[in-house]
Amino acid sequence: MFDRGWTDGLPVVPPTEARVERMLTGTSRSPADLVAVVPPDLVDCTVEKVAINAVMAGCLPEYLPVVLTALEAVCTDDFNMHGVLATTMSVGPVLVVSGPITAEIKMNHGINVLGHGNRANSTIGRAVQLVIRNVGGGAPGGIDRATLGHMGKQGFCFAEDQVGSPWTSLSEDRGFGPDQNTVTAFAGEGPHILMDQKSRSADSLTRMLAQSLLGSVSSRVVMGIDAMLVLSPEHMARYRDAGWDRSRFMEELASHLMVDADTILIGSGGIEEGLPQDFTGMSLPKFRPGGLLVVHAGGPAGLFSAVIGGWVNGPTGSEPVTKEITP
Amino acid sequence: MTGTSQTGLTVLDPTAEGRPAERELTPRAETLAGLTVGLLDISKPRGNVFLDRLEEHLVKIGAGVERYAKPTFAKPAPVDLRHEIATNCDAVIEALAD
Repeated sequence: MFDRGWTDGLPVVPPTEARVERMLTGTSRSPADLVAVVPPDLVDCTVEKVAINAVMAGCLPEYLPVVLTALEAVCTDDFNMHGVLATTMSVGPVLVVSGPITAEIKMNHGINVLGHGNRANSTIGRAVQLVIRNVGGGAPGGIDRATLGHMGKQGFCFAEDQVGSPWTSLSEDRGFGPDQNTVTAFAGEGPHILMDQKSRSADSLTRMLAQSLLGSVSSRVVMGIDAMLVLSPEHMARYRDAGWDRSRFMEELASHLMVDADTILIGSGGIEEGLPQDFTGMSLPKFRPGGLLVVHAGGPAGLFSAVIGGWVNGPTGSEPVTKEITP
Repeated sequence: MTGTSQTGLTVLDPTAEGRPAERELTPRAETLAGLTVGLLDISKPRGNVFLDRLEEHLVKIGAGVERYAKPTFAKPAPVDLRHEIATNCDAVIEALAD
């Protein structure tokens, strides 16, 4: 299968007819139903084709509804999978799963949440990427032109910790109910750790997180690139203790994410990268409104959070997309 | 569609099962003199620097030049834009940049 160009470089489970039939029991959709038109070749993709690739990725049948929904999300015009592939920036789909289904299919939202070791986390994103490769024709070195890439492009999927969070979830923030199952697709790079082991107040931690977030992707880019902040339980405890809710946190954080444009103009500090002189004297937010997605996840111990930098945002690039998972 | 491995295991085809349409290249022009060349800027910084130089050279050798720009470098050129270029131009040069 590797020789036929069907794999991502790792071994895959041979998609025999029996295995694919068993995979299809995970959804109420018909095998011939159209799921999405898959970029970059814009190919009609059926439930059966997704099931074949899900078998290869190592999915269990109960993961299939998540895979199908995630594929629908990344194949929207808003997400712009063609651009995410073709860009030389090292981004790929980052999938956040929310709702009761995360417990039902035993997804990990705890220790090593952004890493390996959980079957659902490891294979759902991989299945989506195999469909993009095998059905859509988006393979590295072909339409995928990433200069560096990152290991998360093998499949980057994790669960949101809603039960352990005092805040409304990312999914709720994006308009869904707490009991709805959703997938949020975000075009992101690999995670970058944000360390603060000394702050004991919400205010101090917020200032520290903001300082680190100012460097997301490039300290000289403002508003044009989104980010996802993965806030860990021990950091969240500072906000729980202080009685801050999500909106208070976002408001306080935003106040520390204003950038004096003069410090990032072309030529300032002897650096040729930066904003044109037209922005002289302005104060600009690091992220556009809604451009910082915050999700609670991670192990119970450790004063580390993480930022996942994004790609060009908005209608000219990629919009984060959240979809409800249907059986 | 199925495939059979060397071990005799039959697997289902995970691909689109399609084959790309084979198209002949449009015949290459002997010279660009007297032809109209489209210069497509993908809208990245400094793409215009490259295309301005190309335009100077093309005009010197007697080619006509039409300038176009994609709305964003992050997405494929819109169909209408591709159609317009194909209708108006004999050849096209697309500029990457940075």
